Amino acid sequence: MAHADDASLHEPQSFWTRYVWSQDHKVIAIQYACTAIVVGLVGVVLSNLMRLQLGFPGQFEFINAERYYQFVTMHGMIMVIYLLTALFLGGFGNYLIPLMVGARDMVFPYLNMLSYWVYLLSVLVLIASFFVPGGPTGAGWTLYPPQAILPGTPGNTWGIILMLVSLVIFIVATTMGGLNYVTTVLQARTEGMTLLRMPLTVWGIFVATILALLAFPALFVSGVMMLLDRTLGTSFFMPALVSMGQVTNYKGGSPLLFQHLFWFFGHPEVYIVALPAFGIVSDLISVHARKCIFGYRTMVWAIIAIGVLSVIVWAHHMFVAGMNPYFAFFFATTTLVIAVPTAIKVYNWLLTLWRGDIHLTVPMLFALAFVCTFVIGGLTGLFLGNVSVDIPLSGTYFVVAHFHMVMGVAPLLVVFGGIYHWFPKVTGRLLDDRLGKLHFWITFLGTYAIYFPMHYLGVLGMPRRYHNFDGYQFIPASAHSLNVFITVAALIVGAAQLLFLFNLAWSAWRGRLADANPWRAASLEWQTPTTPPRHGNWGPQLPVVYRWAYAYSVPGAPQDFIAQNAPPEAGSAEPEPYEAKGAPA
Amino acid sequence: MSMAVAILVIVAASLLFHFVSPWWTTPLASNWREMDHTLTITLVITGVFFVIINLFVVYTLLRYRHRDGHRAAYAPDNRKLEYWLIAVTALGIIALLAPGLVVYADYVRAPRDALVLEILGQQWQWHYRFPGASGKLGGSDARFVSAANPFGLDPADPAGQDNILVSGNEVHLPLGKPVKVLLRSHDVLHDFYVPPFRARMNIVPGQVSTFWFTPTQAGRFEAMCAQLCGVGHPNMRGHVVVEDDAAFQAWLGAQPTFAMSMAAPRGAAPSAAPGAVVDAQARGKALAQSRGCVACHTVDGSPGVGPTWKGLYGTTRTFADGTSAPADEAYLRRSIREPQAQVVKGFAPIMPPAADLSDDELAALVAYIQSLASPAPAALTQKAQR
Amino acid sequence: MTSATVLSGGALERPDAAAGQAVATGLWMFMGVATVLFSLFLMAYVMRMDGAEGYPIAMPWQLWLSTGLLTAGSVMMQRASVAAQAMRWSRARTLLLAGGACALAFLGVQLWAWQVLHALHVVPAGNAAASFFYLLTALHGLHVAGGLVAWAVTARGLLRHATRSVWRMALCARYWHFLLAVWAVLFATLGWLTPEVVRLICGTG
Repeated sequence: MAHADDASLHEPQSFWTRYVWSQDHKVIAIQYACTAIVVGLVGVVLSNLMRLQLGFPGQFEFINAERYYQFVTMHGMIMVIYLLTALFLGGFGNYLIPLMVGARDMVFPYLNMLSYWVYLLSVLVLIASFFVPGGPTGAGWTLYPPQAILPGTPGNTWGIILMLVSLVIFIVATTMGGLNYVTTVLQARTEGMTLLRMPLTVWGIFVATILALLAFPALFVSGVMMLLDRTLGTSFFMPALVSMGQVTNYKGGSPLLFQHLFWFFGHPEVYIVALPAFGIVSDLISVHARKCIFGYRTMVWAIIAIGVLSVIVWAHHMFVAGMNPYFAFFFATTTLVIAVPTAIKVYNWLLTLWRGDIHLTVPMLFALAFVCTFVIGGLTGLFLGNVSVDIPLSGTYFVVAHFHMVMGVAPLLVVFGGIYHWFPKVTGRLLDDRLGKLHFWITFLGTYAIYFPMHYLGVLGMPRRYHNFDGYQFIPASAHSLNVFITVAALIVGAAQLLFLFNLAWSAWRGRLADANPWRAASLEWQTPTTPPRHGNWGPQLPVVYRWAYAYSVPGAPQDFIAQNAPPEAGSAEPEPYEAKGAPA
Repeated sequence: MSMAVAILVIVAASLLFHFVSPWWTTPLASNWREMDHTLTITLVITGVFFVIINLFVVYTLLRYRHRDGHRAAYAPDNRKLEYWLIAVTALGIIALLAPGLVVYADYVRAPRDALVLEILGQQWQWHYRFPGASGKLGGSDARFVSAANPFGLDPADPAGQDNILVSGNEVHLPLGKPVKVLLRSHDVLHDFYVPPFRARMNIVPGQVSTFWFTPTQAGRFEAMCAQLCGVGHPNMRGHVVVEDDAAFQAWLGAQPTFAMSMAAPRGAAPSAAPGAVVDAQARGKALAQSRGCVACHTVDGSPGVGPTWKGLYGTTRTFADGTSAPADEAYLRRSIREPQAQVVKGFAPIMPPAADLSDDELAALVAYIQSLASPAPAALTQKAQR
Repeated sequence: MTSATVLSGGALERPDAAAGQAVATGLWMFMGVATVLFSLFLMAYVMRMDGAEGYPIAMPWQLWLSTGLLTAGSVMMQRASVAAQAMRWSRARTLLLAGGACALAFLGVQLWAWQVLHALHVVPAGNAAASFFYLLTALHGLHVAGGLVAWAVTARGLLRHATRSVWRMALCARYWHFLLAVWAVLFATLGWLTPEVVRLICGTG
């Protein structure tokens, strides 16, 4: 194991090197998080605009079909890639990994800094697509060819080019960051920190990063090839076709090839978002229930299994795509198999709560809400993964409801929970509790009210990506009323996020001072000598770890937690087997 | 406490919602009852897990909430319990997957004696083709596509000559006979979805995809495009009329074959009798619906993808290149036959040329558009949809 | 201090060796990512060659020259690394510069091959094999260019402070070998993967 002792102790001196061109992982993490949150707010506004059209069709003249599809596309891409991926890996990953493994910083601090600025560049290129002739692309976040680069789809001239360029730049940033996170976990763990003593937050982000390194190349491949189809007239994805009455020069390409490449990236992508969320939730539940995570090793294996399996399920997004129909037997099977390790994780969270000492703090509330909404999202995934059930549901609001529940609502609840949990570490102050609870209740109940009923619209057959439903007889008027309800709920939930932003800003400045370990957590990041941690994190001596990260309520111990770096005499070096529970430490 | 209550309320409300909500599958109109059964099995199994898991959380919140002096238990692991849980979950998964795959095995094998129907998706309308007496569909390719030949049929292929071409967005099918649908497109991805039929498949340019079903209910069903295909996507509608075999054969017999459509003379002059004008307007209105013109052109003045027809006739149009011209009859004809020749300023050049309209039909459309003129046509500046 | 640390230069050497180990791990992972990238491209290429119009383009002779240059570069880099480990600094310096020069020349000859093909009207928007050819050689070239940046940093370090550059040179050599291996697979595939071979492999013949 390497000890990165000396180089990172050099404190940066000027304002610029401390807060702007910083190579300190904590500053970079905050840069990532702030950028992701700002761009996420743009995503929320776009979704509100979409909902205005869906709830009150035709009332807002400026939301015509073109704009609607541009909103849909940009909302989706921003939320999945520029918010969730960047926030979990670049935000949480950057901040927590070195602290949780006992390192002074990431192993490649300069590369880490570069990765943030490249990410910011990708965001700027994406936003620039709003201002080019023709506006941003309106091809849906999945950017399917041939339509994405042909007339008839908004932004097919410049918008799609900027989108693809932005994605390529983002992939460069993610690769740079990813190399950092993985190498740091493998090389920079402090003495005594074996892989199986790391908190599950690190495991979740670690496996997600490996997935990201292996999956984003597929997006790169498909993006570059589509860019060439658009700019040089190549025919990677373009068959011989007639566009708006004109025969084009394309020939021989395959639109399905794009879909295979895109989803080979796209499915691991959802686990790149979900696995860090799983890891963080495990830590939130165990800290706030004062109980060790149930089945730590099984949880680790489940994370790895989910990561490995996620690479062989992609074509469940293509059951009705027109691919070789016999592929669906394989992919439906692997998709339902991946439900097993995922279910194990849910059971283990429940068994952690069982016989725990549950404090209903704001982070715990968010963690519980995650379990509730993730269960819905995961269970509806079983509908879509089972090919013959998927056939009538594909392309309907059932799919929209499913992926929002499982990607939008559940991980976002973890983001909030994680921020409420680690805010005192980052700033030395606590977020306001009452505002937090208000934010929690509106967000949890509001998002449930938005997405649970939406499933039923999908079963009815209401199609997604429709700007209006005028004149469809099979859609009853009551469904339109439900759309109004969902829109109102969405607007309320969107507005409620302002409470959170206000809480963040206010508490960072004037929040109640917290002590170094307000939640009395055992994991290493809470044991720094100063809070917030200074550059180099640990002072002159790196910590030494003597036990796993979940020594809570150990029988016979004086307190209900034992820090990872407490002296070995404090006990609980490894979890005892269940049968031996109650035996003196 | 409030969290426990909240989750309990959510479970109860969700269950209530399910049983009370009017939104569930449309009434089945095809043979794919088994798909509905697998949906129900999935719902029941997942519903059971949903209720049990959430009630478990509620119980733990009530029983194990923090009380002073009370400490959590220390239970890091329980291998036996884990294996048992894995086994139960695996059983649940198998119970879901097995029926699903059995139904799917049926789905991928169309019956041999199925009636063949080709659906051609085009931005943003549907065309349909049946094999003729020879029972074979002729070859088609993008390079043959033209305004007169929207199917892109190879004129040199003898098998295509007797193919029956259906223009307009409505197709008829005989009740109770399996139909094998061949899906084709010459431009972009589409998907022909009729929810009561359950079966559907994406349409991919450059290849032929397929699905099959047997219509079991007579009626007129709405079809929609279910794969985003551009701005006209929500307006790309079709209809499927399911009727008894005799009516179907009669309808089929009235449709032209490819050979007939290629030979059709285009010289028919529009009738001048006054009664005929009203007929023409009505016919034009019907054509505007069936050919999908109304997908982009409104008739009530509201903004759409293309210019509204209300008050259009007789006004001065300004084009993208800065020139202008009056919207007279000749202009209307030209802009329907060659829409890219002069594009109105502020609109995207995305209108497809009107496929295989006979002169009669063109005249009817023009008559309809004329009927929508303002009483005192002035040089209205058409507000473009930005 | 243990004897191991004394031999490797003492406390001053330990942190640098640790950094070297970290960069080595990072490089292995980056090579993994690049392997996935090129593999996906090649799979797309193979699938396309199985189609109706798959036929490879003829490889201009310049590509044999560039292959030779890249091979020479690999050999030079390897010997440079060995020389540095034996602490023969001036020899290491010469070989390192030669290895970089070969890679630079490789890029030049690749561009020359592009010019030759372009003059024969083999353009990216032509048949599928041509599109893939330009795309794959461009991406490989970009990876070579990235390697040259690392080489420049290493060369500068070597000129200033010989002892610290040992692991950097070893990693440069490793990356050069990787680029050569990738190029070998690309060249073989682009030049000689005919539809017949594809059908033989996929069993669709």
